[in-house]
Amino acid sequence: MSIKRSIFYTALSVLMAGVIVVSYPTEQADAFSNQVIQQGAVGDDVIELQARLQYLGFYNGKIDGVFGWGTYWALRNFQYEFGMEIDGLAGQSTKQKLVNASQYDEGFVKEQIRQGKDFSYYGGVPKEQQVKDSKKQKQGGQQQGGQQQAEEPSNTAVNIPNGYSQNDIQLMANAVYGEARGEPYVGQVAVAAVILNRVNSTTFPNTVAGVIFEPRAFTAVADGQIWLTPNETAKRAVMDAINGWDPSGEAIYYFNPDTATSGWIWSRPQIKKIGKHIFAK
Amino acid sequence: MKRWILISLLAIVVVGTGVWGYKEHQDKNAILIQAENTYQRAFHDLTYHTDLLHDKIGNVLAMNSQKRLSPELAQIWRLTSEAQADVGQLPLTLLPFNKTEEFLHDIGDFSYKTAIRNLSDEPLSDEEVTMLEDLYKQSGTIKDELRKVQHTVLEENLRWMDVQLALATNDAQGDNTIIDGFETVEKSVAGFGEENNGSNIIGIADENHEFKGLDGKEISEQEAKETAKKIFNIKDKQKINMTKTGDGADVQTWMASYQDGDKNGYIDMSVKGGHPLTVMVERPVKDTKISLHEGALKANDYLQSFDFPDRELVQSSQYEKEGVYSFVASQDGVRIYPDAIQVKVALDSGDMLGMSAKDYFMNHRQRDIPETGISEEEARSSVNPDVKIQEQHMAIIENDLAEEVLTYEFLGTLGDNTYRIFINAEDGTEEKVERLKATEIKFSRAV
Repeated sequence: MSIKRSIFYTALSVLMAGVIVVSYPTEQADAFSNQVIQQGAVGDDVIELQARLQYLGFYNGKIDGVFGWGTYWALRNFQYEFGMEIDGLAGQSTKQKLVNASQYDEGFVKEQIRQGKDFSYYGGVPKEQQVKDSKKQKQGGQQQGGQQQAEEPSNTAVNIPNGYSQNDIQLMANAVYGEARGEPYVGQVAVAAVILNRVNSTTFPNTVAGVIFEPRAFTAVADGQIWLTPNETAKRAVMDAINGWDPSGEAIYYFNPDTATSGWIWSRPQIKKIGKHIFAK
Repeated sequence: MKRWILISLLAIVVVGTGVWGYKEHQDKNAILIQAENTYQRAFHDLTYHTDLLHDKIGNVLAMNSQKRLSPELAQIWRLTSEAQADVGQLPLTLLPFNKTEEFLHDIGDFSYKTAIRNLSDEPLSDEEVTMLEDLYKQSGTIKDELRKVQHTVLEENLRWMDVQLALATNDAQGDNTIIDGFETVEKSVAGFGEENNGSNIIGIADENHEFKGLDGKEISEQEAKETAKKIFNIKDKQKINMTKTGDGADVQTWMASYQDGDKNGYIDMSVKGGHPLTVMVERPVKDTKISLHEGALKANDYLQSFDFPDRELVQSSQYEKEGVYSFVASQDGVRIYPDAIQVKVALDSGDMLGMSAKDYFMNHRQRDIPETGISEEEARSSVNPDVKIQEQHMAIIENDLAEEVLTYEFLGTLGDNTYRIFINAEDGTEEKVERLKATEIKFSRAV
C-alpha cells in the first residue's frame, strides 16, 4: 500500500515537474509581458515584437532588442494593414493580433542572439536558411562561458543620443572621471556640460576630442588621469549632459579655487560653485 | 679577493646605472622633441593659414564675376576652420586668445553664409563689401603679427615646450616671447572689435537668447526652499542647502541641494517667478519594474503638476534602467520645437529623476501662428520624391538664421533610414533635413 502510494506520488511529482518545465517556455513564447511597448524601449519584449513583425514581413531590420525607427514603421504598417488604430504603440490589442497572426520560437531567436549570429526570422522560410554562418560565430563562442552570460540583457544594440557613439560617451566619461570623480553627481554632470558647451562655443575646437585634448585645457589630460577606468556614475553624468541637462549655467570654464594656478581664470565672470569647482563664463 | 669582487660588482652597477640613465634621458628627449614638433607644426600651419586667409579675402575684394566669388568664399571658410583647428592644438587655452578665435569664427560664418547664397540674385551689398575690407585689414594685422612671432621663433630657436612650462609654472609670464607675441595679436584684434562695433553685422552671437519665458515676481530664499521641498518630495527641509548664483550667470537662480543617504538632489530655480530650470535627483536605480510607456505617462503627469501648458512627447529612450523623454510645447496642434523640456524617470518606481526646462523658459511665449502660404500637398511635393512620407505634423522650428518659422514636419523613410524633414509652410523652402539615428550596436558585446 505504502509502496504503491509512494510510487504514485513520485510519478505525480515527476509528471508535475515535467509539466512545469514544458509549460514554462511555451507560455513565454505565446505572449508578451503585459507592458505597452513604446518607441525607445529595450529588452525581451522588443525582441519578440521585432521577431513577430519580421515573421509577417513588416520588419526587415536586425532583431536587436531596441525599439528604433525601423521597428516603429513596421509596427505602424502592421496596424494599418490589420485595420487598427495607427499609434505606433504595442498595446494589448496590437500584441494580441500579432500573437494570433505569427509564430515566435523564442529558443531559436535567443540562441542566435546569444551566439552573436547574423540571422533573420521570416515566416515560411526554413530556419536553417536564415542563419548566416559568419566568422563572428567564433568570437561569440570565445566570449561564452562566463556566468555573466545569463545576466546580460539579450538586446544586441543600445539607445544612443542622436549624433553620438558609445565611444564618444566613453571618452567623455574618461575625462569627467579624471577631472571630477570626487565631486557630487551634479558637479560631474556640470563638468560634462562644460565640455559640450565648449564644443558649441566659437572659441574652442568643434569636436569632443578636440576640446578634451586641447593642450592645457584639462589637468586630468595633462597628467594622464584621464586614462583611469571611469565608473558608471561618470558615464551616467555624461549621458545626462548629452541629453540636455546643464547644471553649470552654460559655463565654459571651471576651476578649483584651491589649486588654480592661473590668475587669469579668476577674471572670468563666475556663475556658481558646485562642490569644489567654480564654474565661469 | 673579496675586495676585488666587491669592487667589480660595484663598477658593474655604476656602469649599468649610467647606461640605464642615459637611455632614459634619450627616451625622454625623443618624446619631448616629438611633442615639440607637434606644437611647431600647428604653429607654422597657423601662420601659413592666416597668411593665405588674408590673400583670399583680398582676392574676393578684387573679384567681379559671381561665378568665381562663391568658390573663393568657400575656400575662406575652409581656411578659417583649419586655422581654428591649429589654434586648438597649441597650449594657449589659459591665455586670453578668445578675440582672435572669435574673429576666425566670424570670418568663417560670414564666408559660409555668403558662399551658399545665390550671388547672382543677391550680390554683395555695399555694407558687406565695407565689412570685407575691414576683415581684410584685420586679417592683415593678425598675419603680420603672427609672422613676426614666427620669425623670432625661428631666429632664436624658441621652444613651445618652454611656453608650456612658463604657463604651467605661471612664473614670469611676461618674459616669454611667444606668449608676448600672441598677446599682441589678441590686443590688435580687440582694438578692431571696438572700432567696428557699429557696422558689425556678423557680430551676432550664435545663440544668445535671454530668458523670455520667465514671468512672475522675485521669490525669496524661503519661498524657493519651500518649492524645492515640494519638488524633492521630502518632509525635512532642514536638509536643503540654498545658494545663489554669481554675477556671471545668464539668469539669477536659487540653487537647492540636499543629501540623504545615497540619494541626493539638486535644483536650479529662477529667482524671478521661482520656476525650476534644472532638476536632478541621483540615487541607485533598482531593477526595472515599469515600462518605458508607463514612465512616459508619469513624466507627463509630472509636467502637468508644474502647469506646463499643452505639450507633446517627441522622443523617448530607455537607457538601462532610466527613461528619458523629450517634450515640446504644443499650441493649436503645432509643435513648438524651441520650447523643449526633458524629463528623466526611474523605471523601478516611476519617480522623476530629473527635468531640464531651460530651453522652455528661454523661448516660451504665446506665439502668433501665421496662416500657411502653401498647402500640405504643395509642401509634400518639395520633399525628395524618393523619401516615403509616413507621418506629418505642423511645427515651429528655429532655422539656420535663428528665426522661428512655421513648417510642415514630415517623417519619412528612404531605404532603411528615417528622416525628419521640415518644409517652410510659407514658401516651401526645405528648412532642415536630419537623419534620425538613435541606436547603435552594443560594442561591449560585440568586441
